[in-house]
Amino acid sequence: MNCIIIDDEKTSRVILKTLCDQTNLNVINEFSNAIEAIKYLNNHDVDVVFLDYHMPSFNGLDFIKTLKKPINIILTTSDPKFAIEAFEYDFIIDYLLKPIEISRFKKSIYKVTNKLVSPTDVTKQPEINKVFYINVDRRLIKIEIDSIYVIEASGDYIIIKTEEENYVVHSTLRKINNKLPDNMFIQVHRSFIINIKQIIDIQDNTVLVHKEIVPISRSKRSILIKRLDFL
Amino acid sequence: MEKPNLNYINSLAREDDSIKKILIDVIKTEFPEEKQDYYESFSKNDFKKIKDNVHRLKHKISILGLENGYKNANAYEHNLRVNSKDKSEIFEKTLTTISEYLKII
Repeated sequence: MNCIIIDDEKTSRVILKTLCDQTNLNVINEFSNAIEAIKYLNNHDVDVVFLDYHMPSFNGLDFIKTLKKPINIILTTSDPKFAIEAFEYDFIIDYLLKPIEISRFKKSIYKVTNKLVSPTDVTKQPEINKVFYINVDRRLIKIEIDSIYVIEASGDYIIIKTEEENYVVHSTLRKINNKLPDNMFIQVHRSFIINIKQIIDIQDNTVLVHKEIVPISRSKRSILIKRLDFL
Repeated sequence: MEKPNLNYINSLAREDDSIKKILIDVIKTEFPEEKQDYYESFSKNDFKKIKDNVHRLKHKISILGLENGYKNANAYEHNLRVNSKDKSEIFEKTLTTISEYLKII
């Protein structure tokens, strides 16, 4: 596989080059700034791009927004919160936290290899993720989507309530709603999304989900009722 | 105070001394430049540049195994976002520790 490295820090580029050499990846070029890399990519095809998120003046996100053609990107960053943001972009195959560990690097390459040998079948239904990751105090925590029963907005944060634990995350209901399967979740109030499968009963303008009573907006009630299976 | 180490570099080099030398040499070259950039931006009170320089330096701090130094650098970087230089002293102590270490490896 051919790859390029984009990172303003030479030490990072040398480390990535070392890791690539050890995994038989062919580094065909490296760049200390993303603009030069974009010019290069306009005329060359590569299998994978290692992209540093945090670069002065034109960062990794600017680079992704400027791309004209799909490309496999592995994001490298020191900040897990940027890594989370990265998954909003389809081009990002994986992220690597600096300093990059060899075993983690190999997993990442495995992901790219799998993608390259199994191109997406356009007739296949898109696979719905069963999990997503949240960033809590520099820890990336895996959340099983099935286990969520309520998500509540609280100022600039959301509280993800699962059967095991509650998690407070800096995000919005709109953002998380995009990551949830439509057939399983519904927003019943401006501050609440619920898991339909965990509804126990509905009374007037409230719904009991798992063990929590959640208000239902008048406008959302009929939508919710239509989504339920009746005898 | 914690001391720098080459554990990460050794794990990357996998007993290949030539790779180890390349990695150490690049840190020895880049670190003093970044440190100088940091002090220049600090003297000019250019908070955005200070933050960028701290961000670059903190990678070297983590490569050299300074876990507490890395945490302090993170906290300092966070403070700089709100134009505060709180934690600069402890961060600069870490830079001095690294400078001394790079002289002996």
